Amino acid sequence: MKKMPVTKKKERRRRRRWHKNKLQLLSMCTIPMLLVFVFQYLPMGGLVLAFKDYRYDLGIFGSSWVGMKNFNFVLRSNDFFRIARNTIVLNALFIIVGLIVAVALAIMLYDVKRRIFVKTYQTILIIPYYLSWVIVGYMTYAMLNPAYGTINSMLQMFGLNKVDWYGEPVYWPAILTIANTWKNMGINCVMYYAALMGIDHSYFEAAEIDGANKWQVTRYITIPSLVPLMTILTILSIGNIFRADFGLFYQLTRDVGALYSTTDVMDTYIYRVMRSIGDIPMSTAVGFLQSIVGFVLVLLTNYIVNRIEPDNALF
Amino acid sequence: MKKRKKFFNTELLFHLIFILLCILVLYPFLLIVAISFSNEKDVALEGYKLIPKHFDLSAYRFVFKNPQSIIDAYKVTTFTTVVGTFLSVILMAMVAYPLSKRDMEGRRFISFYLFFTMLFAGGMVPSYILITQYLHLNDTIWVFILPGLINVWHVFLLRTFFAGIPVELIESALLDGASEYRIFFTMILPLSKPVLATVALLGALIRWNDWFTAMLYINDEKLLTLQYLLQRILMNIQLLQQQGSMSANGISVSEMPSETVRMAMAVIAAGPMLLVFPFFQKYFVRGLTVGSVKG
Repeated sequence: MKKMPVTKKKERRRRRRWHKNKLQLLSMCTIPMLLVFVFQYLPMGGLVLAFKDYRYDLGIFGSSWVGMKNFNFVLRSNDFFRIARNTIVLNALFIIVGLIVAVALAIMLYDVKRRIFVKTYQTILIIPYYLSWVIVGYMTYAMLNPAYGTINSMLQMFGLNKVDWYGEPVYWPAILTIANTWKNMGINCVMYYAALMGIDHSYFEAAEIDGANKWQVTRYITIPSLVPLMTILTILSIGNIFRADFGLFYQLTRDVGALYSTTDVMDTYIYRVMRSIGDIPMSTAVGFLQSIVGFVLVLLTNYIVNRIEPDNALF
Repeated sequence: MKKRKKFFNTELLFHLIFILLCILVLYPFLLIVAISFSNEKDVALEGYKLIPKHFDLSAYRFVFKNPQSIIDAYKVTTFTTVVGTFLSVILMAMVAYPLSKRDMEGRRFISFYLFFTMLFAGGMVPSYILITQYLHLNDTIWVFILPGLINVWHVFLLRTFFAGIPVELIESALLDGASEYRIFFTMILPLSKPVLATVALLGALIRWNDWFTAMLYINDEKLLTLQYLLQRILMNIQLLQQQGSMSANGISVSEMPSETVRMAMAVIAAGPMLLVFPFFQKYFVRGLTVGSVKG
């Protein structure tokens, strides 16, 4: 606040009001902070269940401590290796393919000069972003249904054999990557396109005068200008590489057991162990590992980026 | 600005790529609509076709004969979307406004308190036990509303916008003796309509598309959301058949057009909102500015 010459009385009144307003500001924060406490911080405390043998009748406090028993059990089973591998490999695929497609589309869109086309392409490509994974699951089913699906009809048209898509796990890393890219490419393309719109036009003009060709302009001006955004988004995704998009894995595979070997990930596994098998200790132990590893990964990637290029770091 | 070379027109190539992608995006939608208007016998003989051999409304007739579950699901989904989004936006703005003031005491602590939840979370199981065993929100409408009221990402989005409102405006109101609540409701909110719309639409989209909450916490048939109802129909066609056999005019289970009815349900449940959301595209795009979290 600006200082102004005021009499003592006015000054005191101003201070009291200042103090009152401060309390009002704090009071505005109370309900939201309380909600965050209940729905975010209390579950963090619930992670102690990973060290307990949870029983519904005894509750969190009544259940007995079992030390590392749950973890020994989890780490010794083959399941954990499988779901950790699937989660990381599939997410890595999504990150790499998604990034390349979105940046490539943005650069191509930047070259389309007529506004009407830019608008039309954007609007259509964004549509899948509004869909829930349930609907995408319907679409996948319509195409992959072994008896009626359009993909199998097409295969037959070319004289190839039908494929039992929901029984063959080998195809699913590709199917999931395509579906994930299909759903997110539009919105990510628009995000990078918006960043491109922010480039100072004089760079391109200078390059033009120097006789740079299109590829050189892309390589030395367009792509470097997207690097900060690419870094931030990739840190965020790498930080989340241990967390899977539950809907994608659950709805598209229709939770078919035959596909688990390549499609079962952390979140679907935790859900299944908790709800279908009802093994709370085991599912919390996996959840605990997921939370801790995810946390460490975010801090680590951010630390590395901070060392290389502090401006691109998240915090 | 740029000179085109005659023998290799990249812009034309790019147009072709985009047109191809647009077809790839639209194809599954058209396929689902086409199946829903198909004849069940044609589907059984020739599989799903993009152009139905015989235009047939029997799938829709079947669904509308016993529409109670869809009506219930529409009610639940609309209620949670409208009420949840409204409360959420107000509460998030209420915490974002103090955070946008550089001189507010405790600002750093509250920011960190919120930001930390983006880095670390307790996960599915502790939340599930908390909500079912301690808060007993399962099988109530509130389980759709309360847990998701504060989206930290959106709070930071709001904070960044509020911080851009000229300080002089607020200070002059403060000197006139206005309370912070008065400033918040009569100045900040009206000045922030674009960002409020963005956050509201992002929140509405999340709520409208939610099936996971219902799958975890709801057993009561009357409290299913649209997306969860659809999921159950896709995973388990018997659900539809039960509906069919319960209906008074007694269609036998074998006669039920199951493949086309599934897709008709998808069209009825997802269609209307899909026609609405694209009109608000610019608000969704605005919400993606990532830089807003920093600072």
